[in-house]
Amino acid sequence: MNTSLILLILAIIGMAAYVAGARHAMALVGGISSKLHSRPGYYGSFVAVWAILPAVVILFVWLVASPMYISSSVRGAFPEEVKTQSQAEQGLSYGMITSIARGMNALTGDEIARIENNPVELRTALGAKGVALAGDPQPFMVKAAAELNRMTFVSRILMTIVVLGASIGGALFAYRQIAPRFRARNRVEKVVLGSLVVASSIAILTTVGIVASMLTEAAHFFTAIPAWEFFFGTVWDPRFAAAGSGGSEGQFGLIPLLLGTLYIGFVAMLFAVPIGLFSAIYMSEYASPKVRAVAKPLLEVLAGIPTIVYGFFALTTVGPFLRDISSQLNGLVTGDYANFIQAQSVLTAGFVMGIMLIPYVSSLSDDIITAVPRALRDGSLGLGATRSETIKKVVLPAALPGIVGALLMTASRAVGETMIVVLAAGVAARLQINPFEPMTTVTVKIVNQLTGDLEFTSPQTLVAFALGITLFAITLCLNIYALYIVRKYREQYE
Amino acid sequence: MTDVVSPVAGIPKAKSVRRDIGIKRRYAAERRFRAYGIAALSFGIIFLMLLLWSVVSKGYTAFQQTMITMPVEFSQQIIDPQNERATNPQKLMTANYPVVARNALAKLLNVSVDDRVAARAVSQMLSDGVRVQLRDLVVANPAIIGTTQTVRLLASGDIDSAYKGQIDLNVSQENRKINDQQLAWMTQLSDSGALAKHFNSGIFVNGASSRPEAAGVGVALIGSFYMMLIVLVLALPIGVAASIYLEEFAPKNKFTDLIEVNINNLAAVPSIVYGLLGLAVFVNFMGLPRSASFVGGLVLTLMTLPTIIIATRAALKAVPPSIRAAALGLGASKMQTIFHHVLPLAMPGILTGTIIGLAHALGETAPLLLIGMVAFVANYPTTPLDPSTALPVQIYMWANEAERAFVERTSGAIIILLLFLILMNVGAILLRRRFERRW
Repeated sequence: MNTSLILLILAIIGMAAYVAGARHAMALVGGISSKLHSRPGYYGSFVAVWAILPAVVILFVWLVASPMYISSSVRGAFPEEVKTQSQAEQGLSYGMITSIARGMNALTGDEIARIENNPVELRTALGAKGVALAGDPQPFMVKAAAELNRMTFVSRILMTIVVLGASIGGALFAYRQIAPRFRARNRVEKVVLGSLVVASSIAILTTVGIVASMLTEAAHFFTAIPAWEFFFGTVWDPRFAAAGSGGSEGQFGLIPLLLGTLYIGFVAMLFAVPIGLFSAIYMSEYASPKVRAVAKPLLEVLAGIPTIVYGFFALTTVGPFLRDISSQLNGLVTGDYANFIQAQSVLTAGFVMGIMLIPYVSSLSDDIITAVPRALRDGSLGLGATRSETIKKVVLPAALPGIVGALLMTASRAVGETMIVVLAAGVAARLQINPFEPMTTVTVKIVNQLTGDLEFTSPQTLVAFALGITLFAITLCLNIYALYIVRKYREQYE
Repeated sequence: MTDVVSPVAGIPKAKSVRRDIGIKRRYAAERRFRAYGIAALSFGIIFLMLLLWSVVSKGYTAFQQTMITMPVEFSQQIIDPQNERATNPQKLMTANYPVVARNALAKLLNVSVDDRVAARAVSQMLSDGVRVQLRDLVVANPAIIGTTQTVRLLASGDIDSAYKGQIDLNVSQENRKINDQQLAWMTQLSDSGALAKHFNSGIFVNGASSRPEAAGVGVALIGSFYMMLIVLVLALPIGVAASIYLEEFAPKNKFTDLIEVNINNLAAVPSIVYGLLGLAVFVNFMGLPRSASFVGGLVLTLMTLPTIIIATRAALKAVPPSIRAAALGLGASKMQTIFHHVLPLAMPGILTGTIIGLAHALGETAPLLLIGMVAFVANYPTTPLDPSTALPVQIYMWANEAERAFVERTSGAIIILLLFLILMNVGAILLRRRFERRW
């Protein structure tokens, strides 16, 4: 019986349990619900919870644990000469056994008996069923595959029996507990509270998952490439190894990628900060409510546009425009119509990313500027300062910590931005300072290393996780520092 | 200086010398400062317009497609010369349909198909997609073999571009994708009304294709739909449950503090990191299939959760304490207070936040690239576990195509994406307007 069918049956049992529980409670008090401790629905829910929850927990534990148990017992039955092989080779053998097992399910008993001892024929027979094998299966594999199939089959049947048994048993247990003074509501609410706690710990689990998964994969990478070569290397040349070759090793220097990331982020901030900040000042201090009501949402539309659209805009409009205008300028000055700005360049990516960041800067700073108390402004204006003087000398200094926090958050967006740089920054990892030339970033390389055919053992693939953990650490530091500044600032006026 | 301060003069001259406090300079500075603000604001808005205009002006033509309407003779000789379709149904699938179409067009243009060069030029005017178009017609109704039917067929991408005026015709014909002869035919067909632009439904329903004229976002739309569904089903209940706990039940201690900081940080983690998480945990560790919209949905769920939690907590906070006090006073338990009274009142805010989170997830590309949704998928996925693409990923793939006609397709797909986003955001705004309560 497959898992979704079991879940469906559990749902039906649960519904039946709810109805039975509620009816039973009402019957116990002769239909006068005020004699019950809780409303009848709670008795129903109590029985349904007992019917479903333990069964589902058992189901999931079984689903996770049984493949592990089966795999270890099948591996334990490998012949001695296979056991002496390396872990990777044993893994390959096991992969083949699972394929054979999958293929054997499609064959009839007679067919298996006929070809069991003839590996070549087995391979062709399985190929005909759509299961391609990487090599000729060895005799022990066929036996192991049969064993695997048998154990899986037994496990399935046992699982069905145990899960459905737990469900019905739980329902009966809960049903027999029902009594007029039974505190069903309190029990049910405890379960609900528990599920709320579980839901909120998913946030923690996500972080743990991010850190753990990236650390383990990055650790694999660092066994192949020393950490200092990665963090301090100045050459990025991963040499894409063809699948299976594994021999050629490239150089994985983080420095050019990191500098590219920071450079492009810096150019983006160069555009975004003045424009965003001045828009925020204008909207919060000068603009009439009507202008504000139109301009603020319009700017925020910029934040709602997917970054892939910005990337396409950079690729097809801004990049070619900058290239053409540079060749015109060059022609006017020197007579040589060669472009000095590449279509994919630090400037293109930085400029478009700057546009994307404007709304982040403006809406964050707008909130902070508006939060500066009215009394400070009134005091300054009353002493004869003009509005701009008030803003420059009183409001901005008061808002400065908050604005710095906002800018740090914006900077972390710039560092982690992917699609714009993938399309507009170029892929060549170079160490240079000319903003008109292409450079590449950490995020571009993560995408480059992980699209296409993957082999989860080569450093070429695993390096993406080392890059990812670096990126995660940088943005985490920026954000925590920004949060710290913003929180500290808030306390001043409260 | 005794002559100046003369005691005889008595009254000093009434010439009021105001101290120069630089008022002009200061007012000029004031005006400048204000002008900077206006300039900055207009800069942002102008670029928004420019961005939208550049996409729309490049993309609106994608919703029209050049097609040739002509009588096609479904000749038995070409499709099924040995008359074996009754015994071998495969025959109809593999028949040489492009020749059928070419012959029909050649006949319309009065070109002899024996002239190899001219025949090749004629067949280049038709899309490779005609093979599928004609095949589907014949397979659906084999009786049309031997008859002549009027059929509307896709013109090739180059003819499409030329007809829409996107090819520079001043370039000499060696450097152009279509030659003068084909151009003349095109004008001839267009004058006779056979060749015309029609509404392009293909862009909405077709799957991936290496031919721009036959490529569409159908598969991507279904993939994106599955993912949005998964995000909604998972992220909304989990997010609401987490917010209720944090806002209403959680004691103030180190653990809840940790969760708080954590959620704020997760909201700012670069999306590509979620892609790495999905690849390592869902694909590599749990063994879920790559390129499946199920995995994409899970990754986007994790990414959207912080947004929903933050919005939900704000909505719960906005419900006045008097509601809670009244419910508790009437004897409701805390759980009943929240689920029967607070939550329904907070629902508009929660849904608004959810829709905005979904819109964000719909436009997200980077994490989907990592879990392998960059795939050439021509068939509709039937379940979320089948390989599929997503709308933004399709845009990314088309943006990387070299052919000129794909720029138009890409912009068209972006317009579709933006329309969905506008729809969702307008929905969120309406929802807020309609149901928002102020206390």
